[in-house]
Amino acid sequence: MDKIHVERLNFYYGKHRALTNISLGVQERQITALIGPSGCGKSTFLRCLNRMNDNIRIGRTEGKVLLDGQDIHELGINVVELRKRVGMVFQRPNPFPQSVWSNVAFGPRVLKLGRKKDLFGIVEASLRGAALWDEVKDKLKQDALSLSLGQQQRLCIARAIAVKPEVILMDEPCSALDPIATLQVEELMRVLKKNYTLIIVTHNMQQAARVSDWTGFFWMGELVEFDVTEKVFTRPRHKLTEDYITGRAG
Amino acid sequence: MPRAAFDRELERLQNELLALGIMVENAVVDSVEILKQRDPDAARRLIARDRDLNKMRFTIEFDTLVLIATQQPMAGDLRTLAAVLEIASELERMGDYAKGIAKISIKMGSEPFIKPLIDIPRMAEKARDMLDRALKAFVERNVNLARAIALEDNEIDSLYERVFRELMTYVIADPKLIERASYLMWVAHNLERTADRVLNICERVVFTVTGEMVEMDEGEANESDLKNSPNRNGPKPE
Repeated sequence: MDKIHVERLNFYYGKHRALTNISLGVQERQITALIGPSGCGKSTFLRCLNRMNDNIRIGRTEGKVLLDGQDIHELGINVVELRKRVGMVFQRPNPFPQSVWSNVAFGPRVLKLGRKKDLFGIVEASLRGAALWDEVKDKLKQDALSLSLGQQQRLCIARAIAVKPEVILMDEPCSALDPIATLQVEELMRVLKKNYTLIIVTHNMQQAARVSDWTGFFWMGELVEFDVTEKVFTRPRHKLTEDYITGRAG
Repeated sequence: MPRAAFDRELERLQNELLALGIMVENAVVDSVEILKQRDPDAARRLIARDRDLNKMRFTIEFDTLVLIATQQPMAGDLRTLAAVLEIASELERMGDYAKGIAKISIKMGSEPFIKPLIDIPRMAEKARDMLDRALKAFVERNVNLARAIALEDNEIDSLYERVFRELMTYVIADPKLIERASYLMWVAHNLERTADRVLNICERVVFTVTGEMVEMDEGEANESDLKNSPNRNGPKPE
């Protein structure tokens, strides 16, 4: 069974249809990349997966998003619980203006995961999981904003995994980072894949080609092609995909 | 055009490949002509020409790698560049076969042929023609043409077998002719291999256009164990 199964999903901003009949299956513990030009709907789609679009006043969703077979739009679904299971990392690192420690401990504290004495273990495991522990273990009390951008982004990933999600959504997680920090985050994604299902939106096609197992190509609100990454980047089925990834459209 | 610089460079590479192809076509036909004329000086000049051919192949290979590293081509572009690398190397090997024929003609000195050269020049002409059209198929991305050329390989194979059988009859009648017969067999073998490599180019055309890896030389695919049996291929100098 797909970890996330999307069926005929439509999303509207008022009268404007931003997503048209999107259907796809996201495999568990795989990295799925979503590519496409600006405004093609890939971020809107990503935000549908943990109902981040609920906060858009004029937004309206149609269709199904099943997480382990259960529709996330069903009445009675607890959105906080949903977002604990489906975490998110954003384009620009957005740590809270607090210490490194408090950033990672924030989720477990609010959600009351474990006892107070367990907290240190959770924070350390999360920072290790985000490949950041060795760099920050001596400055846990330091302001998170004093870290480099690359470190801040890995801190946000640590913050996301501290609440033990099942799926992590990443919206252009490397676009604010330099090449070295980007490669560190990509390496981290490969490690995270062992325990989590990852879905990333990226403008960087080489990044999609490098890290993902599956790739979806969006164009003007539609999912043009969804296939194994290796195939999409060497033998795409659709001409539009070919034109986009070879830099001749978009 | 968002990728004008890339497209320009790709076209330049393709033209280089065509130029290399023409050099190889000429070398194939010239090698047999030199053999016919028994002109050792011309044979040595042809052997020297092979160095230019190798140099050009390395240039194409290097330029292709630079293009891959700097432009990160994907999909059809990537397949085209992979094909350019492959085709350049096939062409270089064909050049080596022509050089091999020139060397044989030096070795044969002024000894008379044990039979008139009829089928061997035909093989050379056919191989040249197939190569010429295979390169055209690549430039035009013409899969149908590539598939049609592949079918013509049978003609070369039949000519090769005919040469082989004929030479055998001479050897059986007079075993002292074995050395001179072997020389001609090597020549025919080199031409047969040249045509096989044209098939590899045709396979690359199909791959470039469709992304499918196909095996066009069915004989090679099904009879690989027979490859070394003398009644099929004869000796293999390379």
